[in-house]
Amino acid sequence: MPLYRRPNGIDLPFASEITPQEIFESRRSFIRQIAVGAVGAGSLLELTTGDAFAQAGSGQKLAAKANPAYVVTDKATPYKDATTYNNFYEFGTEKSDPAENAGSLKTRPWTIAIEGEVKKPMTLDIDSLLKLAPLEERIYRLRCVEGWSMVIPWIGYSLSELIKKVEPTGNAKYVEFTTLADNRQMPGLRSPVLEWPYVEGLRMDEAMHPLALLTVGMYGQVLPNQSGAPVRMVLPWKYGFKSAKSIVKIRFVRDQPRTAWNIAAAREYGFYSNVNPDVDHPRWSQATERRIGEDGFFTKKRKTLMFNGYNEVAPLYRGMDLKKYF
Amino acid sequence: MFTPTPRQFKFIKVALFALALLPAARLLLFGFTDRLGANPIEFITRSSGDWTLYFLCITLAVTPLRRFTNWNWLIKLRRMLGLFAFFYASLHFTTFLWFDHFFDVAEMLKDVVKRPFITVGFIAFILLIPLALTSTNGMIRRLGGKRWQWLHRSLYAIAMLGILHFWWMRAGKHNFEKPILFGSLVAALLLVRVYFAWRNRGDGAARSRAAVQKRQVTPTPT
Repeated sequence: MPLYRRPNGIDLPFASEITPQEIFESRRSFIRQIAVGAVGAGSLLELTTGDAFAQAGSGQKLAAKANPAYVVTDKATPYKDATTYNNFYEFGTEKSDPAENAGSLKTRPWTIAIEGEVKKPMTLDIDSLLKLAPLEERIYRLRCVEGWSMVIPWIGYSLSELIKKVEPTGNAKYVEFTTLADNRQMPGLRSPVLEWPYVEGLRMDEAMHPLALLTVGMYGQVLPNQSGAPVRMVLPWKYGFKSAKSIVKIRFVRDQPRTAWNIAAAREYGFYSNVNPDVDHPRWSQATERRIGEDGFFTKKRKTLMFNGYNEVAPLYRGMDLKKYF
Repeated sequence: MFTPTPRQFKFIKVALFALALLPAARLLLFGFTDRLGANPIEFITRSSGDWTLYFLCITLAVTPLRRFTNWNWLIKLRRMLGLFAFFYASLHFTTFLWFDHFFDVAEMLKDVVKRPFITVGFIAFILLIPLALTSTNGMIRRLGGKRWQWLHRSLYAIAMLGILHFWWMRAGKHNFEKPILFGSLVAALLLVRVYFAWRNRGDGAARSRAAVQKRQVTPTPT
């Protein structure tokens, strides 16, 4: 329930309003049981063996201070759903693949090279990256281009903190993120679904926006491998695939980077890929979304909000035709 | 050559019926044991779609299998298998109408018209309905065997539409493994029929040639 409503229509709650994980999970499974119907399942229950959806994650605690500026009224997605239903093609194309296969990813030692049009290029190891700025917890909505969404408490700091440290030159117009591509650790690279390594990019002003979160944790823990450990981007106003995972290189460049999904299908995945209910994907509508763990059996899908509800980014795109630059 | 006794046949049919229900039972079981994953609706949609294609392939495999093995009794299982294809297609369509559109038929139709992969899937489903309706012995009698057979040959087109639907659904993600598998299966099952038709035509031609010769040697009564 929204406690109060901001004039722009976005609900802001208190952190305490978010239902604990276990309560959701029991609620959800209860709803499912009703939904699926209660006929003759008794004998079939005996067939149950193990859990089809393996759960991986380091579980290592990570301290961070909650940032009250970034919370949403929506309930947080159960941890299990957020860590077993992932798109991370380096570990396979099925949603369950990353949780099953990402155990082979070695997240330490890990270095990230920051280079290109900067005055102070540097290579940071993960520990110095963690200490570069105070870690904060932010609860963001996540909207996948496939039409589903989650609500996730991330841990990190604004990418702008890092950008300020490396001092981009006047030539830096875009930022390019490169994901690790190591055949030995990532079985999905064998499949030619995308051009490897996975590359994503932002315009400089987008990268400098405080919402752009350089992320190292979620749910009070170190990022699990399947969620892009040890360091990833989170850009809540853009479709999920814009947020590069397991980043090894951040490069400042003059020209718009060639990004992985845009190379694969330019008609379907634009460079900007801002969440936009008015611009449909060629194969489905983007007007609505299914909130994982909540929507579906007895409720309609919910309406998708412009910029996923993050209207503070609107000035970045003033005067741009967002149907053309989708 | 194996020909089951009526008792054995009954057993085979019941066992096959139970087996064909397993995918649906699995969905129920997973629903109860919270194993449908984070997006249960997607799981049900995909599973019912997959099983529609499997049963289309199995149904199309009956005739070739019968021809190769001479197990003519197999034909008596075909109707049930075809109806299972329709059952899973209906489940698939229901998840679309229910979960994607919440029974808003106007909205659903808009989606059908706008998106080619849905258009194709929808047409395939609609075309299955007359086949299911005319699957009874009474309907076969009323239509007459020849006409009934022609109507039911539309299943070849329906299977191809089903593959196209699946192919286009996967196209944006370059994930063609499964569509290729189903596509090759359907292609093989249809090519076998082309082969049979070609062989039969050979036979038929020989037969009619023989008939003509016979007519020529037999003096026509005056």
